[in-house]
Parts: sequence; C-alpha cells; structure tokens
Amino acid sequence: MSSAVVEFENIGKLFEAGRQAVRAVEHVDLGVHDGEFVTIVGPSGCGKSTLLNMAAGLLQPTEGTVRYRGVPVTAYNHATGYMTQNDHLLPWRDVVGNIAVPLEIKRFPRASIRERVQALIDLVGLTGFERSYPAQLSGGMRKRTALARLLAYDPETFLMDEPFAALDAQLRVNMQIEVRRLCRRLNKTVLFVTHDLDEAVALGDRCVVFSPRPGTIRKIVDIPLAPTRDLLRLRHDPAYVAMTAELWDMIAPSLAATGGEPV
Amino acid sequence: MRLNALRLLLLIVIVASWELVSGRVISEFFISRPSVIVGILREWTVNGSILFHAGITAGEAFSGFLLGGLAGMTVGIVLGRARLLADVVDPFIMAFYSLPKIALAPLFILWFGIGMDMKIVLTGTVVFFLVFLNTYTGVRNVSRELVAILSLMGAREWHLLAKVVIPSAVTWVFAGLRISVPYALIGAIVGELIASNRGLGFLLADAAGQFDTGGVFAALIAIMLLAFLLNTAVKYTERKAMPWKSADETREVTI
Repeated sequence: MSSAVVEFENIGKLFEAGRQAVRAVEHVDLGVHDGEFVTIVGPSGCGKSTLLNMAAGLLQPTEGTVRYRGVPVTAYNHATGYMTQNDHLLPWRDVVGNIAVPLEIKRFPRASIRERVQALIDLVGLTGFERSYPAQLSGGMRKRTALARLLAYDPETFLMDEPFAALDAQLRVNMQIEVRRLCRRLNKTVLFVTHDLDEAVALGDRCVVFSPRPGTIRKIVDIPLAPTRDLLRLRHDPAYVAMTAELWDMIAPSLAATGGEPV
Repeated sequence: MRLNALRLLLLIVIVASWELVSGRVISEFFISRPSVIVGILREWTVNGSILFHAGITAGEAFSGFLLGGLAGMTVGIVLGRARLLADVVDPFIMAFYSLPKIALAPLFILWFGIGMDMKIVLTGTVVFFLVFLNTYTGVRNVSRELVAILSLMGAREWHLLAKVVIPSAVTWVFAGLRISVPYALIGAIVGELIASNRGLGFLLADAAGQFDTGGVFAALIAIMLLAFLLNTAVKYTERKAMPWKSADETREVTI
C-alpha cells in the first residue's frame, strides 16, 4: 500500500504496572490511507487508545514499527492532532483564546489569527460564545471548541479518541454529522476510536474490530455506505442494519466471556 | 447587611466591656482603655507620625513581599520543570526551609545594617519559601495531557510555560502569596523590633519601653489595619489575574 499515511507494522505494546507487565496490544497490522475515515471499535481496555498514542508519537511500541508517510514515528508527530473525550481545553482561556492556541504556536500574525478564529467559531456554531470560559460552556459547546481548535491546528491526520462518548444521543448525532462532513470536505485522514458499534459503522469508511486485551485485530471490514451519507436516515438503510448486526455478533461472544462487562 | 449589623454589635460589646473593665477590674496599666487608645491614634494621625511609621513598615513588607514572591515564583517554575535540578538541590532547600528565618536577622544586620534594606531582605526570605514551595507544587501538578496536546501542536518549552504551566500554577502562587501576608509583616515588624528607629515595630517597642500600654495597643491596631490592607490587595490582584476563576464561581452549579 503505497498511499498509506499511517502504518502499524506488527505492533505490540507492553505496559509495566508495578511488577506486572500488561500486554495492551499485539500483532497489530494496519494501514490507513489518504483521506480515509477509519473507525476502531472494541471493548474498553483493548488498547485502542494506545494505537492512537503511538501514531501521535506519545508512546513507543515495544514491538514493531509505526510509520507515518513511510517514516518511523519516534517523537511528537506534528502531522497529527488529537480530540479526546476529555476536551483538554485551557480553563484560563475563553473560546477565542483556546482556538487561537495552535495559531499562536505557529506564529501567525495577530490580525490573521483573529480572522481565522472568527471563521472557525462561525463554522462550528459557537457564535455569541466567543468570550465564555470552558467552565461556562455545556459539554456540546466544549466539544465544538475542541473541534475548532483542532481545525485551527489543521493537521493532516485527526486522531479522535471517543470524542463524543460523554454527549447525549441527539448532540452526539449532530457532532457526528459535522465531523464526518468536515473531514470529507477537508479530505482529512481520520483514526476514530469508539466503543460504540453504531458510531463505528455510521462514521467509518472502514471499521477495525478489536478483541479484548491483549488487543488484536479481529477483523477489518469495508463499510458499504456511500461516502456522502445521511446519518439521520441510516436506521432505515438495510446495509447499515446488516453491518451493525454482523459486527455485533462478532463482538457479543467476547462480551459473554468477560461476564457481560459493558463494551 | 444583617451580618454587618451583628458584627458591629459584637464590636461595640467588646469595646464597651473593655472600657468598663479597665480601671475597675483590671488595672489600666495593663490593658489601657479604648478611649485612651483612640486618643493616641488621633494624636498620631494629627501629627502625621502614624502615616510616616506605617509607610516605612508597609514599604518594607511590600518590597520584601514583591522580591520574595518574584524570586519564589521564578525558582519554583524552574525547579518544577527541571526534575534533575530539583532532585539535586532538594536537601539544601529543605535545610534552609527548616531554619526559622527570623534567626537570620542578626546576620542580615551585619550585612545590610539596620536600615530598611535589612527588613526587606528578611521579609523577602520568609515570603520566598512559602511562594516557592507553592509554585513548585503547582508546576508539578500541571496536567500532563494538556502539555502533550500542546506539544503535539508543535509547542516549545516557552509556549508551554506561557500557555499552560504558568497559568495553571497561578492558583497555587496566589495561595502562597495569601498565606505569606502575615509572615511578610512578621519579617518587617520583627526586623524593626530588633533594630531600628522607625516603623510600626519601632513605635510598638518604643511605647512598651515607656510603659505606655495605650501606645502599644494603638501600634497593634495600626499593624492590624496594615495587614488587612495587604490582604485585600492580594485578593484583589488575584481576582484580576484569574478572570476564569470568578467566571467559574459565578456559574450556576449543576451536578
């Protein structure tokens, strides 16, 4: 695969937890292509987040190599940007200040920062909340701020680690629609980790199913849905229904084995 | 409003019983009496001596506060970010920290004489440790996730300092500054008690030397007022420096 942006090559990762060594992932082989939206789904603690951390260069694999555009990732990978369940906004900066952070780091001139930030605020629908601090925002608005900050940073690859896990159902669908639309329009490569099967199928071009710890890839499936899909009407789409049912059957046995621990 | 009325009432009760007890139950020599103290304070205000002496003490406390605070913050941030250096100097800092700073006064008199400099350095030394230890803890408690996310955006050390480390340590710095206020005054007043010819500490020692109990109480009240002013100033600066805090406090709480 010559067009692979992120490549995981026989990845294994061991964590030292006191005297015990915990094997988070093993034998992971995965290539993510340019402009592809790949979702990773699996039970909690299966090492999904570990993979994202390795793509960002925050963690080094114990075995194997992570490559980004063919180059092994050994330090912070500035071509990637994060969005997580915990927004990690700066509590001492208002919405404008938070979105401006990556632009300030890139030393954009002041006027251009102001212009870009305002455009992003309008884009993600935060108009009117420019001067609010994160503590004054609702969960959904904090997500939007984090998304705008990520867009301001504008990395080639988005790493999303259960970004919408804490949102209520309606808000989550709204955010899913926006993220999918924006990523398609900007042709971003996305690695999206979730424990929610429906989300994994609804958003992904491809879906990687993980086994419980030590996490290995159970299956990689192509999602048979159109690139421009109507997320609000997916429940009526037979292909979507069949896909989620198939993946559910694949994951369910491991649920029973772990005593029905929530996925 | 009601609270303030009750407070005023309590104050009146205390002052009135003091006035009544004085000379009847306990000798006036030991506890003076409020009317006399007010008279002395008025006299000092009229002849300007209170303003002069309070100005000296406030100057010493404030300069020492600023000096010690800035130094404590700087060292706290540097050591907070440089793990190895912190580990190396830790026993030395702890040794100095355990030393009662007031015991350094004689040394500082030798070095700086008995002028204001000596009190400023003494106050600064006391404040330094309190602010340093707080800042250090604050820097160590900075969210590593925030640091990682900004580093991923290409942030360098100075970006991290300016955007994450210092703002998140500010809460701790102010906690250190707030507890430093009384200690800053200890530094200044004790310095003046030991050796000086001006300042509220001198006024206090001078009155006591002449067995003027009223003067002692008047000086104590002046010191109290000064401490109150310093406290208010720190709190005001704190609110101005951390607007996100007051935003957080005024929001409606939901669980």
